[in-house]
Amino acid sequence: MIHSISNIKRSKRDYIVKSFKRDWQLYLLMVLPLIYIIVFKYVPMGGIIIAFKDFIAKKGIWGSEWANPLFKYFIAFFNDFNCMRIIKNTLTLSLYGLIAGFPLPIIFALCLNYFKNRKIKKAIQMITYAPHFISTVVIVGMLMAFFQTRAGIVNQLLSSIGIAEIDFFGTRGTFPHMYVWSQIWQSLGFSSIIYIATLAGIDPSLHEAAIMDGATKLKRMWHIDLPGIIPTAVILLTLNLGRILFVGFEKVLLMQNPINLNQSEIISTYVYKIGMTSALPRYSYSTAIGIFQSVVGFLLIIIFNKISRKFTDSSLF
Amino acid sequence: MNYKERGSDKVFTMANNILLGILFLIVAYPLLYVISASLSDSNAIIQGRVKLFPVGFNLDGYKAVFSHGSIMTGFFNSFFYMTVGTLVNIILTIMIAYPLSRQKLIGKKVISLMLVFTIMFNAGLIPNYLLIDTLDLIDKRAVMIIPKALNVFNVMITITYFKTTIPKELLESARIDGCDDINFICKIVLPLSRPIIAVITLFYAVEHWNSFFDALIYLNSKSLLPLQIILRDILVQNLISLDMVSSIDPDTLQSSEKLAVLLKYSLIVVASAPLMVLYPFIQRHFVKGVMVGSVKG
Repeated sequence: MIHSISNIKRSKRDYIVKSFKRDWQLYLLMVLPLIYIIVFKYVPMGGIIIAFKDFIAKKGIWGSEWANPLFKYFIAFFNDFNCMRIIKNTLTLSLYGLIAGFPLPIIFALCLNYFKNRKIKKAIQMITYAPHFISTVVIVGMLMAFFQTRAGIVNQLLSSIGIAEIDFFGTRGTFPHMYVWSQIWQSLGFSSIIYIATLAGIDPSLHEAAIMDGATKLKRMWHIDLPGIIPTAVILLTLNLGRILFVGFEKVLLMQNPINLNQSEIISTYVYKIGMTSALPRYSYSTAIGIFQSVVGFLLIIIFNKISRKFTDSSLF
Repeated sequence: MNYKERGSDKVFTMANNILLGILFLIVAYPLLYVISASLSDSNAIIQGRVKLFPVGFNLDGYKAVFSHGSIMTGFFNSFFYMTVGTLVNIILTIMIAYPLSRQKLIGKKVISLMLVFTIMFNAGLIPNYLLIDTLDLIDKRAVMIIPKALNVFNVMITITYFKTTIPKELLESARIDGCDDINFICKIVLPLSRPIIAVITLFYAVEHWNSFFDALIYLNSKSLLPLQIILRDILVQNLISLDMVSSIDPDTLQSSEKLAVLLKYSLIVVASAPLMVLYPFIQRHFVKGVMVGSVKG
């Protein structure tokens, strides 16, 4: 017995040595990318230690004193009068974006799927993808140009149907709507790609059989196409739910002004302001808030993935 | 398929096409408006006479854009970051994606897990900033390229593509002919992977061309700034210096203000054009590359 176990061990080691000898070029190739991953992804994770220290730049990460109590900066965050407001704003923006934006690409894909003319179909796809490639800065610039008071097209269209001019950027309460709907405008075509491809992959014999049985198009859409894309939709939903605390940071930052700040300050912009732009940057505090955001996001992904695996057959990992 | 549309199907088709048309118009109209406005007379824009097509056709806005010093500097900087950055991205992505796509590689699982974890958890703004500071990359050109050398999501797509499209038998027969791994990649894998390379090229190029925040926090020197930062100053913060406008029309402040309105629309077009031009070339690879890769990556 003992003899055979050591034999197995030896043969396993031989196997490893042999495959290293065989695949050494592959390992060599991975060295550079792995160095990148370690340096730029994992080393900063070590840096989150400053959330537990009274970080002073001159003393460095290791030279700085431990915070007392250790969770000082986390406690400070939960006691911050901004805390509830920025969490609420973050959740509002992302949930609003999700509820309004999630079904539309599916609807768009379903509609396109029943559109006959191939050439026009291609053209529609091309044009609706285009906004995806416009940068956030330009999108915000467009919003500002369109929603201007005098020369903006939106107000000009409103006044042509007799509605008084609205100062969209200078009015409270307009921010979430402009943010979310411009997001939907930008992503509609591109988000639908995956659904369009899934629909194209549905077995045509299902449709043929349904037609033989006398099913209407509406029925086929409901009983064949929709169930066909649900697994894809669930995966995407899971991904989106996991990112619920990560609202489009750049766009919010660019759209902020003193008037909408009450609604537009989100966790990420707060982290940025506290850590980078204030006269006295508070690195430890800012990092603590960032960790809160990352940990909650991470847990959400795990939880939603578990749920989606339980109720459907699809999961991310 | 040959069958007759029945009454309810006709209604369905009509409703379907109407809904599709509405969604399409909503997406397309702002795009058309921007292009029309950029080609119009500035008075026509301000007075609201531009609705659909250009009114008082002229190219003053584009002249202003192309004679503006910092816009051009930004344009060339962005172009540099995009081309060099994307090249680095592609090379590194293939270097790690191919080995991880091989079935029998020992340690593959651990490395994959290490990669996936970075998608789900990241250190946050300050630790990343401190790292860049420690590496002495602040205000260097390299800061726009090296920290973004690899995107794990794109690596995942590429792995799946390799797994599903490069048959095992190919490797076996290449081995018998005495081909080593590096030769196999260069001579067999790469030529077979044009769709996925096209797609990740597009993804990376978009990321570089549109990147704004890195430049905001890591760059100071005016000569290094990418286009997006210049765009923010002009489009969002309304900082249009008069000297650049005056080169076209030195008459009055009012006329330069008018030109500023026009210039914004032209700028939006110019800033977005490079990617729009790139996209159609890559589109035909899209379904093959992206779909094979992203479904259960």
